[in-house]
Amino acid sequence: MSQGTNSALIKFVIRLGDSNLILGHRLSEWCSNGPFLEEDIAMSNIALDYIGQARVLYSYAGKLDGGKNEDYYAYERREHEFTNALLCESANGDFGMTVARQLYYSVFAYALCNELLKSKDETLAGYAGKAVKELAYHVRHATDWTLRLGDGTEESNKRMQHGIDELWMYTHDLFATLESDKELVAAGIIPDVAAMKGAWLEHVKDVIQRATLTMPDVNAWQMEGSRTGRHTENIGYIIAELQYVTRAYPGCEW
Amino acid sequence: MTKTIQLNTTERDPELWAIADSVVDPEIPVLTLVDLGVVRNLKRIDKGVEVTITPTYTGCPAMDAMAADLKRAFEQRGFEPVTMKTVLSPAWTTDWLSDHAKDKLNKYGIAPPPNSTADKNALLGKPKEVKCPRCASTNTTMISNFGSTACKALWKCEDCKEPFDYFKCI
Repeated sequence: MSQGTNSALIKFVIRLGDSNLILGHRLSEWCSNGPFLEEDIAMSNIALDYIGQARVLYSYAGKLDGGKNEDYYAYERREHEFTNALLCESANGDFGMTVARQLYYSVFAYALCNELLKSKDETLAGYAGKAVKELAYHVRHATDWTLRLGDGTEESNKRMQHGIDELWMYTHDLFATLESDKELVAAGIIPDVAAMKGAWLEHVKDVIQRATLTMPDVNAWQMEGSRTGRHTENIGYIIAELQYVTRAYPGCEW
Repeated sequence: MTKTIQLNTTERDPELWAIADSVVDPEIPVLTLVDLGVVRNLKRIDKGVEVTITPTYTGCPAMDAMAADLKRAFEQRGFEPVTMKTVLSPAWTTDWLSDHAKDKLNKYGIAPPPNSTADKNALLGKPKEVKCPRCASTNTTMISNFGSTACKALWKCEDCKEPFDYFKCI
């Protein structure tokens, strides 16, 4: 692999790892705070899937990037070095907002991993082979809850709609790409992520409408910047909590 | 093209596989790591052995324990060095559970996956029928698709009224 392609690949792998870690961290905030026990456990299990996926990706990035450890990416970088999708760092809010975030993100991630199954990069394809099955369960979970809350009581419909509306402005950022992505696409390593938006929109729209919710305006203003390390104010609080122990005790081990 | 490690059962070294088969799943001790299909390859290298494993779920916290247990099992029997290798492909699937393994799960109180992943319903829909491991009734309902561990879901039997774990099809 050429130096340029290697460098582009590292960036892509890290950004997918970042999205997984940050979302996993957010979901873990539901642990012991869930609306009822079974859903508390569900959120925690889903968080575990994302954190596990982040570990696989960070380990691979480390291998490509001169032998860095997975912990480096999670615990030793600062806010502007994280390139996760903005949606992943959004606050959990109430259960309806968390479900909306899950619907938007898991449908995207599932589609992305389906494409990555064909990647010419063996490790990414292997990663996708595992992730796609776990994500299928996430999509199912998010869809079932969107339908249940949307087509539920007046209160649940209102809260679910609120989540759908509030998070809409972070969704376009899921499909943001870097200049360096172009050579990965040319080499058959990743799909053209921006081109995936149409299908994602159709899928999400179908669920939202079946849930008797209103689809947000597709032309509404969208926030961007994640791929270049520009975040919402949420990232600082997440990093402070995520990295507290390793920064307080540098080099610590279990 | 992904390079896959095919499990070649005709050329298994019986001694090595017996050692691997002595290591049980830390959460589900009726299943060995060989039953689970986590052990993909075992290769003698001089006085040592190279153990190739594959993770079940990417976030499964038991994987570290499984790897440590396997390493110790071989080291205790004099193999040195014991090298652990992890492969992601082919992705671990419950299709690799033998009927015997599924039977052990059922007797332990965990309903095994009835479908193969070839059945699209397995992942994106509802499994055709999940039998209660206590009374064998198929009049069962899912409580949550996410249970006590990454690999299990929580179901209940409408006949005998007992809840039970279901080993998810993946």
